[in-house]
This record gives sequence, C-alpha cells and structure tokens, in this order.
Amino acid sequence: MTRTPLRPLARILHARNAGENPDTIERENLRLRHEVMRDKARGRAQLRLIFLALSFFSAFIVIGARMGTLAATEPVEPRTASTGIEIEASRADIVDRNGRVLATNMLTHALYVQTRDMIDPARVAKELAAIFPDLDEATLLRRFTDGRSFLWVRKVLSPEQVQLVHEIGDPGLLFGPREMRLYPNGTLAAHVLGGASFGAEGVDSAEVIGTAGLEKFMDARLRDPAQAGTPLVTSIDLTVQAAVEEVLSAGITMMNAKGGAAILMDVNTGEIVAMAAGPTFDPNDRPNNPTSGDPSDSVLFNRAVQGIYELGSTFKIFAAAQAIDLGLLTPETMVDANAPMFWGKHKIKEFENHNYGPLLSVSDVIAKSSNVGTAHIALMIGGDRQQAFFKAMGLFDASPVELVEAKGAKPLRPARWPDIVTITTSYGHGMSGSPLNLATAYATIANGGIKVTPTLLKRSEPMRGERVISEQTAAQAVGMLRRVVTEGTASLAEVPGYAVAGKTGTADKTMKGGGYYKDKVVNTFASVFPANDPKYVLIVTLDEPVEMTGPKPRRSAGWTAVPVAAEIIRRAAPLLGMRPQVEPQPLDGLTAVSN
Amino acid sequence: MRPVLYVLSFLAVMALGFWAYRENYTTQAAQREVADLQDEIAGLREALTIQRAEWAYLNRPDRLRQLATLNFDRLGLLPLEPQQFGTAQLVAMPPPPLATDILPGLDIEAPQSVSGSLEGEQTP
Repeated sequence: MTRTPLRPLARILHARNAGENPDTIERENLRLRHEVMRDKARGRAQLRLIFLALSFFSAFIVIGARMGTLAATEPVEPRTASTGIEIEASRADIVDRNGRVLATNMLTHALYVQTRDMIDPARVAKELAAIFPDLDEATLLRRFTDGRSFLWVRKVLSPEQVQLVHEIGDPGLLFGPREMRLYPNGTLAAHVLGGASFGAEGVDSAEVIGTAGLEKFMDARLRDPAQAGTPLVTSIDLTVQAAVEEVLSAGITMMNAKGGAAILMDVNTGEIVAMAAGPTFDPNDRPNNPTSGDPSDSVLFNRAVQGIYELGSTFKIFAAAQAIDLGLLTPETMVDANAPMFWGKHKIKEFENHNYGPLLSVSDVIAKSSNVGTAHIALMIGGDRQQAFFKAMGLFDASPVELVEAKGAKPLRPARWPDIVTITTSYGHGMSGSPLNLATAYATIANGGIKVTPTLLKRSEPMRGERVISEQTAAQAVGMLRRVVTEGTASLAEVPGYAVAGKTGTADKTMKGGGYYKDKVVNTFASVFPANDPKYVLIVTLDEPVEMTGPKPRRSAGWTAVPVAAEIIRRAAPLLGMRPQVEPQPLDGLTAVSN
Repeated sequence: MRPVLYVLSFLAVMALGFWAYRENYTTQAAQREVADLQDEIAGLREALTIQRAEWAYLNRPDRLRQLATLNFDRLGLLPLEPQQFGTAQLVAMPPPPLATDILPGLDIEAPQSVSGSLEGEQTP
C-alpha cells in the first residue's frame, strides 16, 4: 500500500505561486488519512461482533436442539448395563440343605387358538385330538366354531408336543411362553413341598402360585423378585428323606396300615431333616382337594402335621420328667402301681390287664409303660402344673412350622381339667396332638431341656429357647427312655452302635361321634438317639397297623412302629454321618472304688 | 503463516469429523453385539436351568436306587450300613521311603539301622 504524502511538493509549489496557504493542503490530506483509518477499524470491529454473535447463536442452537430431542424422544433403557441373575427366574428354586434341587422352574409353552386366523378347524381338531388323547375331537371342533375368537387348549406342553403341534401347521395355533414348576424328585418330600399352579394367566406369561405346603407358606418369599436368584434352602436332607420315605412306605405295607408318618428332627436346632407321610402323591401332578369323604383319607393329607391323634403312652415321660424336675421324685423312687386303680367311677387298667404292682420304681413305670404308676405321678404334680408344663412343651398349640397346613392342625384338649383328665392325659389319652407336636416335645427333653421351635428352613445361627426342665432332669429322662429299649416295651428298637432311647405309644382311635374303636389303633414310637449324647429325635406313627405274622393279630406299637423306626435309624444314621459308637457302660457302684 | 494455520485447522476438523463418524458406528456395533450377547446369555441361562432340572431328575433317589439294583452284579452297591464306618488305621499307607531315596549321597556300606513298618501291616 502506497502512502500518500501529507504535503505533495507539486501542489504546495502551485499553491504558493497562487498565494494560498499550503497548510490547508496538509490538513486536508491528514483528514482523508484519518477517515481511511476510521473505516478500517470499524470494519474490523463489525467483523468481530458478527463472529461473536455467530458463536453464541450456534451454541444456543446446539443446546436448544439437544433439549428439544431429549424432550421429544421416548425414554430408552440403557443397553450397555449388564443383566443380573435376577431376571433368570420368576420364582425362586427350593433346595435341600446341601443344595440339591427340590423344586425348580422349566420354560414350556401354553397352546392357544385364534379362531379367526384358522384355516381348517376340522382338521386341526382331528390332529390335536390325536396328539392329546384326553381332548375330544367333537368338543374341540364345536369350541373352534361357536363364534369365540380366542380359547386356551393346553396350559403346558412338552417340547415334543410343541413340535407335533407345529407340524399341524395351522396359523391359528399359537404358543405362549410359560414358566412351569417342576419337582424333579417326583413324590419325594411331596407333603413338605405341597404344590404350585397357575394364578393370573396372560398370553405372554402366567404367574405361578403355591397351593399347599412350603410353596404356599413361603409364597411371598419365593415370588419376591429381589430374591428370585437365591434359592430357598430347606432343612430337609434329600438322601435321608429318600431313605425315610422308602422304609416308611415299606413299613406301612408290611404292617397293613392305612397310613403313617415319620419325622426326623435335629434336637439342638429344631431343624426337620426328614418329614414323610404316607400314602403320598406326585406334586408335579397334584390331585385336587377332596370335596367329599373324610379328608384324612386323601393322599394330600399330611399325617405328620395334620394328623391329630391321641399319642398314648409316649406322654408318660412328660409326667415323669416333670415330677423329677419339681423334685418330687427320683428315677429310683417307688410309686404305687397296683392295678386296677379306681378314681371315682373310673377304673384305670394296664395293657392286657397286667398288674405291675404293688410298687414300681419311676424308671420301671416308664420301661413297663404302667398306666397306674403314671397316674399316681400325675396326681402328685396336679392338674395346673401339668397344664403349664404341656403348654411350655408346645403341646397345646398348633406347630409353628412353615407349612400352611400346620395352622389348622391345633391339638385337641379337654375344656375342663378335673383330676381324671390329669390322670388320662398323663398316659396320652383324652388329649390329641400331631406327631410334629410330639417330636418338638421330645426334642426339648433330648437337647437338655431347652424349648425347641421346629422349622423346615436351614438355620444359620444357633437356636435360642427358654429352659423348660433342668439339664440333669433331661439326662435322667433320656436314661429312662433308654431303659425302655434295653429292658422294656421297645426291645425291637435296639440298633447296634446307636443307643436308641424311646417310648412306645398305642392309642385306640376315636370315633366321630365319641367313644373308641375296638380294633383300630394309632401306634407311635418316639425315639431319641444316641442316648449318651442325643442328636436326633425320630417319631414314627402308623395309622391302623396290624402285625399278622404271629398266631393272633398284634396291634401294639412295640410290634409295629418300633421295628419301622429301628430300620429308619439303621438306614438314616450313617447317612447323617453318625459313626456307630460303643455305648459307655454305666459305672457299677461297687467296682468304682479304688484302694 | 496464516494460510498454513487455516489449512491445518481445516484438516484437523476433517480428521475429527472422520474420527467421530467412525466412533459412532463402532459404538453402535458394540451395542448391537452386547444386545446379541445378552440374548445369548439369557438363552444359555435358560438352558442351564433346564439342564440343572434334568440333572436333578436323572439323579432322583428313586432312579438311582433302580439303577443300583439293575447293575448290582457289576457295581455291588447297597445302602450305607453302620458297619461300613472304618478307622484311619484300616487304610493301607504307602511304605516309608528308603534312606537312599531321602539322602542320595548316603553311603550305606557301613551297617546302619534303617527300617520302617506300618501299624497293622502284615509282615510275611
């Protein structure tokens, strides 16, 4: 750029010649130069302003557009987050104490029909009836063509059936996914598990709800989505349960019984390791609840929990233990056992009209199962204290175990409690309870006198309960029970190495209208093993058993329930990891001296 | 100098644009892959549940009992009995190692008393 001089010589000389002031030319030129500089500066400033405005404009446009898209679009789940295990199943599994599956879910399909999409209803009805023999072709065709647009055909299909239905190839046949409850072990622990069925049903899914047993009691826990990935751990041991069920069902057959129940309970924790009731059913195909007849004849009836029976002489140990705990007696004290005993208009007899009297030690009263001896012990205790003791043992209340059926099975007890009731209940008559009530009470004695809360769930922390009887009394009571096996009515219960202690009980069944059947009994054997350090309680109850190998039918517990219980202990104890032990001999008073 | 800067920044914008374009498409591809993998995981989990159920079904005590009975002549399996508990002394232990194995340079020309036996082991 060429710079114009402020004082161009030619113009200055020319102005001087003309007599003008040359300074005006300089001022004129300076003005022009300033004007050019001003224009340039303004142009630059304008450019900067435009640039700045553009920057702000685009920034606001970007932010505004982003806000607009965020406001206008549908919200989308973030796809990059990893999925947890919780969406795997809608209902939690049930496993045994070692993690083996008792109940799980399986994905199957339900079959439904959209009739307006159907091409050849007659052919579909024919082919469906061929696949599912329980469906009737004529009924199906009528339902396909009576104007409805939608109908369910089957709730669950096996994969093979799905394939066969696919091969029909009609567009009106549609499948909905279904999560089905599956009990892979079949009848095993059927009464504990109960069963499940479909609740509200839709095309895409159906809810599975528990209908009985543990499945119904724990329904909220099993359906909780937060815990769907964590299986429910029960206290049941699958192998022990299988062994107990096998022996019990063989025992029911051999003893010609109508049914039976067995409960194996850990005395220190109250965990039920095995609970069996026979006859049993398959929870995969649970029969409907009976609508007529005696509910106790149904296979669904859980005799271990719902069976409210008079438990007979198994109650005698409670009277003896309480009297010892109160300091009224010792196991060696002699009591009156002169039979028959008269109390008002009532006559108290022994089994088969024996007379074990006139005097019998408390230990022998239990070993020989003397009604009269127990009656005298109960009268020493008195009705009020006896009732308080039964209550503390949990014999007056429905068992708090985790089964829906348990709540309805409240033990039956007389409304009033005169002395004759004190006498009869002391040997288990006039008052009824379930085998589970009895197991709980025996566990309380066996563990040293701490009250037990029975449970079907695995306990992770030790149980805390109130003390019912002293540890010393409990040990003496177990010692007396041991004598029942070594010298008394339960001699068939001897299992070498396991020092079984227990008490038999035989009670006549009560008739509906009152009174007792002559030839229908309930036999119970309540046992504790090993006697020197009790770990487990086993209750075996047989309903209407009769042992026919002898010259005349035998209906006492010593011949029916006891051998079954002994076989269960022989099979189950090794499975529980118990090594057979040589029983420590009681010290002889004469030899235990030294010079 | 200035035109060089302009050219360089233009090239940088082009390069960044190309980078952003590629990143966008790799991200979308990765998201699709994640979705596919999640579908696969769900399918495998479902298969796992079914296989676990099948395992439990095949190992149900009833069936094992039947199989043990059917194959009794080959396996000879019986229910566990109390008599089958043993003690550690009944287990055959390997013989104690010879002194030469422990100390390779040991000279056993000279008489040395090295011997070993097992408790309960039958010596002929």
